[in-house]
Amino acid sequence: MSVETEERAIRCLVAKVGLDGHDRGAHVIARAFRDAGFEVVYSGLHRAPDDIVQAAVQEDVDVLGISILSGAHNTLVPKVIEGLKEYGAFEDTLIIVGGIIPDDDEAELKELGVAEVFGPGTPMEETIEFVRTNVPERA
Amino acid sequence: MDGHDGDADTSATTAELRDVDAELVADLLDGSHRALARVITRIENRSPGYRGIVGALHEHTGGADVIGVTGAPGAGKSTLVDKLAAAYRERGDTVGVVAVDPSSPYTGGALLGDRIRMASNVGDMDVFFRSMSARGQLGGLSMATADAVKALDAFGKDTVIIETVGAGQNEVDIVRTADTVAVLVQPGSGDDVQTLKAGILEIGDVFVVNKADMDGADRTLAELEEMVHRRESPTKGLDTGHHGFETPDGPDDTDAETDSEANADRPTEWTPDVLGTVAKTGEGVEALIDAFDAHAQYLRESGTLDRTQRERYAEEIRTLVRSDIGSLATAAIDRRGGIDTLAERVRRRETDPYSVAAAIVDPIASCAGDDDETVTGKRDDAATDDRGIGRDDE
Repeated sequence: MSVETEERAIRCLVAKVGLDGHDRGAHVIARAFRDAGFEVVYSGLHRAPDDIVQAAVQEDVDVLGISILSGAHNTLVPKVIEGLKEYGAFEDTLIIVGGIIPDDDEAELKELGVAEVFGPGTPMEETIEFVRTNVPERA
Repeated sequence: MDGHDGDADTSATTAELRDVDAELVADLLDGSHRALARVITRIENRSPGYRGIVGALHEHTGGADVIGVTGAPGAGKSTLVDKLAAAYRERGDTVGVVAVDPSSPYTGGALLGDRIRMASNVGDMDVFFRSMSARGQLGGLSMATADAVKALDAFGKDTVIIETVGAGQNEVDIVRTADTVAVLVQPGSGDDVQTLKAGILEIGDVFVVNKADMDGADRTLAELEEMVHRRESPTKGLDTGHHGFETPDGPDDTDAETDSEANADRPTEWTPDVLGTVAKTGEGVEALIDAFDAHAQYLRESGTLDRTQRERYAEEIRTLVRSDIGSLATAAIDRRGGIDTLAERVRRRETDPYSVAAAIVDPIASCAGDDDETVTGKRDDAATDDRGIGRDDE
């Protein structure tokens, strides 16, 4: 056996972007992720896209979960993705979005690089399972 | 946990920098935030090759002032660290922050919430803020924290602040990593007997009564002042070699010798500052930074810094050697069928604990002995001692 065992943990950033103050969903998912054994960084409310990029890069998260209930996802999410690309952090970060997203917008977000969109009522297990299956392999 | 894979052995412990990692190290030294973040992740995960990375970074460290902030949960550590980072930035310093939060003993998961308080520094990439999970380590500081601090230091941060998990009375690990330790105390946190207790109140270079606008802050400040001065006098007496104190069997001749040495080593004793802050408004933060600077200057000028660094590296070497040899022993136990099997054999009187231990340790000792005679020599002495004691009892 190797002298020191590698201790890999899945690191997530749960981010609230924009001006809506509805953080119940973000809290619930943060807690569920924690209970699933993930290391969860919570951004706090009212973050600008740049703040989220800064946090995702510095914390080197495997998963970025963006919670948006303001309807501004079409402006905010692309900015976050652009920022991640600038720092070379886009390719191996799994980006998921939670909130109320119309179907057309969902397709567009996925086009941009969002892996999955989880609407209201999605069972926690489904989200957790999705993360476990799709978390990027890293060197 | 792959059984007998020789390759895994070398890749996990080798201190050589692997070619694939050399680029990462170069990028970090070149100022890439992404590379810095990556390196810290590798350190946290104890990923293969991380030792080579930390080893390669070591020569680039030593430039940063490392400040530890500790105290009870809810004392205001995160908020104060945020304000400190902003104040350091204002005077042009770059800042690294490592904030440690507890992990669940049940799932290993963690909610790292310190970042929420970093409101003054959002969008400023020259404050590199990293949340870390304690990953089950006691003492309030995970082993990886020290290595993460090295990465930030090598990156070129002028100041690195470590925020510990909410500490109780005995989490004093922070002194092994930070040059200057600030202990945060809440107003009204217990009567003056609390300040007599050993542990966390012994490690402060600066004591901070945060939320100093609350009732009872003045009293807490006064109690800490009294504690600091009570503690100051006896140590002062011992260090300068003055007579009259109950120095147990300290003959005069050694006094004369140590006197000059002690004076050269540390001309004055550091008396911890006691300060009040209101982290929410930033009140008192400037004075706190002045106190940190004064302590850093004291460390440098008194030679204390060199000494504590030597002690720190000695401890680090010891810890590494101990844990690696421990792991070798664990592997050897597994190869012999696991600890439960061995214990059952001892229970059935087929063998005894000493024989089992010897069977596991002797091969390791003989390997070590190839390089160094004294190691085996010492071990044999210890073994004879054990037997000697056993006979005396009979």
